Amino acid sequence: MNLAQLSIGSRGEVVHVEGVDEISLRLMEMGLVPGTEFTLLGAAPLGDPLELEVRGYRLSLRKSEAARVDVILTS
Amino acid sequence: MSLSAPPRVVTVALLGNPNTGKSTLFSALCGVRQRVANYPGVTVEKKVGRTEIAGRTLDIIDLPGTYSLAPKSPDEMVAVDVLLGRRSDVAKPDVVLVIVDASNLERNFYLLSQVLELGLPTVVALNMTDVAAAKGQKLDIAALRKRLHIPLVEVQANRKLGIKELKAALADAVGGKSTAIESPFPEKFQNEVTLLEELARKNEDEPLPRYLVERLLLDTSGYLAEASISGITPELLKEVATARERLKIAGIPIPAVEAMARYQWAAKVLKDVVTRSKQRPTTLSDRLDKLLTHRVFGSLFFLVVMLVMFQAVFWINDALRIGDGIDYAAGWLQSLVSSILSEGALRSLINDGVIAGVGGVVVFLPQILTLFCFIAILEDCGYMARAAYLMDKLMSKIGLSGKSFIPLLSSFACAVPGIMATRVIENRRDRLVTILVAPLMSCSARLPVYTLFIGAFIPNRTLDLTLAGWGIHVPWLRGLVMFSMYMIGIVTGILVAWILKKTLLRGATPPFVMELPSYKVPGLRIVWQRMTEQGWAFLQRAGTLILAISILVWGLGYFPHNSAKIEPALIEQQGRLESQLERFSPTELEENNDALKLKSELAAVENQIAGEYLSDSYLGRMGHFIEPAVRPLGWDWKIGCAAIASFPAREVVNATLGVIYNLGEGAEEQQLEETIQAEKNLNIPVALSIMVFFALCAQCVSTLVIIRRETGTWLWPLFTFVYMTALAYVGAFATYQIGMLFV
Repeated sequence: MNLAQLSIGSRGEVVHVEGVDEISLRLMEMGLVPGTEFTLLGAAPLGDPLELEVRGYRLSLRKSEAARVDVILTS
Repeated sequence: MSLSAPPRVVTVALLGNPNTGKSTLFSALCGVRQRVANYPGVTVEKKVGRTEIAGRTLDIIDLPGTYSLAPKSPDEMVAVDVLLGRRSDVAKPDVVLVIVDASNLERNFYLLSQVLELGLPTVVALNMTDVAAAKGQKLDIAALRKRLHIPLVEVQANRKLGIKELKAALADAVGGKSTAIESPFPEKFQNEVTLLEELARKNEDEPLPRYLVERLLLDTSGYLAEASISGITPELLKEVATARERLKIAGIPIPAVEAMARYQWAAKVLKDVVTRSKQRPTTLSDRLDKLLTHRVFGSLFFLVVMLVMFQAVFWINDALRIGDGIDYAAGWLQSLVSSILSEGALRSLINDGVIAGVGGVVVFLPQILTLFCFIAILEDCGYMARAAYLMDKLMSKIGLSGKSFIPLLSSFACAVPGIMATRVIENRRDRLVTILVAPLMSCSARLPVYTLFIGAFIPNRTLDLTLAGWGIHVPWLRGLVMFSMYMIGIVTGILVAWILKKTLLRGATPPFVMELPSYKVPGLRIVWQRMTEQGWAFLQRAGTLILAISILVWGLGYFPHNSAKIEPALIEQQGRLESQLERFSPTELEENNDALKLKSELAAVENQIAGEYLSDSYLGRMGHFIEPAVRPLGWDWKIGCAAIASFPAREVVNATLGVIYNLGEGAEEQQLEETIQAEKNLNIPVALSIMVFFALCAQCVSTLVIIRRETGTWLWPLFTFVYMTALAYVGAFATYQIGMLFV
């Protein structure tokens, strides 16, 4: 399951970030590493990008980017 | 490190994540004592400020805000090169100052852990502890100090608290012991870096620093390998590839190991230092965010904010230019000059070259100040990132990101501040595409051109409605033509952006992974500073060049000023009228009917003479010269000449047409409209062709100069000028040729 497939309000944990390009590097730099907990807070009015809460701050990312993040639900 | 005499000037590099209050801290440290320049070859601004403490001078280099010291573009490379002392134009920093957001320490410590590996004396400024408290976090600062082994100063940059202590800590840190921490990486990884470092040392006189060797091993995006950095050799790259293989087998994934190791380090340092309350309190910022990113309310709010911003920039231009402001001041100065100097080249140079040129520069200032007032407020309160978030989906359809929206919207008022606003776009390609299409958005300077030709040629068909007793006449045809002019710019802009992203500026889609900062009340000082900074930057670095080109075009329109080429009868008539007028007393000149009649006759003659001079000037000759080229657009030499004369600014075309049609340059619009209507060479297709040309052309020296400033090279303004002029020509040609089929 990846981050782009979750419904708003889901809580989960990062399992793995796919890819080795700039986007994947940035996702990891911003704190999405295996074991990191997050809450999916919402989406922009046009449905994309998404808004996450991770490590105590708000992060926005596009669905195409979120699809690289494998996750498991925690609640 | 040696303990020799400390340097007189201490160089401090200021680094931090975006949204940590870094600019606020920079101005709290240095006040207005700062210099701004560009690093050659990149679009990053070089900001250096100066301050004193205890007899020491501190030079503070404000490095661009960044989440990580892992360069993936030449712009990001600047910070790394400055810190490693690899730039000849910046002294190697004696101290690194890292500002961190106390409410967001984990992510901020990622960057800190990279800085600490550089081994430079480092000082941490802990900002925004109040925000952390509001988020229900408790910070044990004493424990944090103990764990970090480096000076840590608590500051509140927006209230200038802790600044003195911070300066003292910076001065104390100079020449102090190296602060390298134990590397957060696993031992096997470190060993591979050491092996590579030894290889790098063997190959070059200038060995690659260990930090860059480590980066090379970690950079799977391929940027460093291809960046032609001296010291990165094919042998080294080969060894990097095999090292990655070995590490993979050992269960150390590249590049993920970096983020994992650094976040582990951050977690270890912050364990029991930060305690979050179990139930995180919902802050005002959380509630605002929910509202402002809401599907309906958030979108509405965004529309209102954008509308107000756009209207303000548009309005300020109108109010200060056409009203009593800049035009009035220029007119007053010009009549003052006319009363002192006699008619001749010098008077014309000062009045029509210098004063008009300075006016042409100053006229941009109110727009720049207004737009940056809004942008600074939006940025400082945290809404800017939300605006990009809301518009991203729409902008991604043409290959750009939400960050391009505000610069492009602003360009409908004026491309100059719009292009200056592209600084928010970190990705170089996205920023360039935005800069290159911004001048296609119909700016307020095109309006006078549109209104003149629409007023003169487009029939006023109205839709008459009666609503509750009120008669409303909607000028639908003229409105439609005006709307089409705006649409031509938008549609062309979308196409050009799309093509550029597919061809010249092709590349991987940049990440849109960004922080949505907490909302806060914007700081007035920061807003004011941001506005004046942009205003000054424009005046200093674009103003002089714009003025020079305006004077050049004036010269082309004035010289050779050969009176032998003027119809002798006209000069004779002028002399006769002047001597007749001399017989009247000053009061009679204002009231006597005969005198008034003579005066208007004289003015007509003088306008005719001015028209002949212009026709014979270099500009006029250029107009004649290019006539064969503009014929297919339906233009005669007069229009061609006016188009060339409008190179400094589009709106100049009206004044030039005024002179060409012997009306004088201050011709009333009504009068000019009637004259061009009567002109037999002009009809609706020609008028449309002229409007389309001005909708698409790059006749605005200020825009070109600002593109040069923002991109650091003349290549891009040249490119803009060529592609826009080509489009304008083709557009005008098609308009005229198709239009003639219906006439």
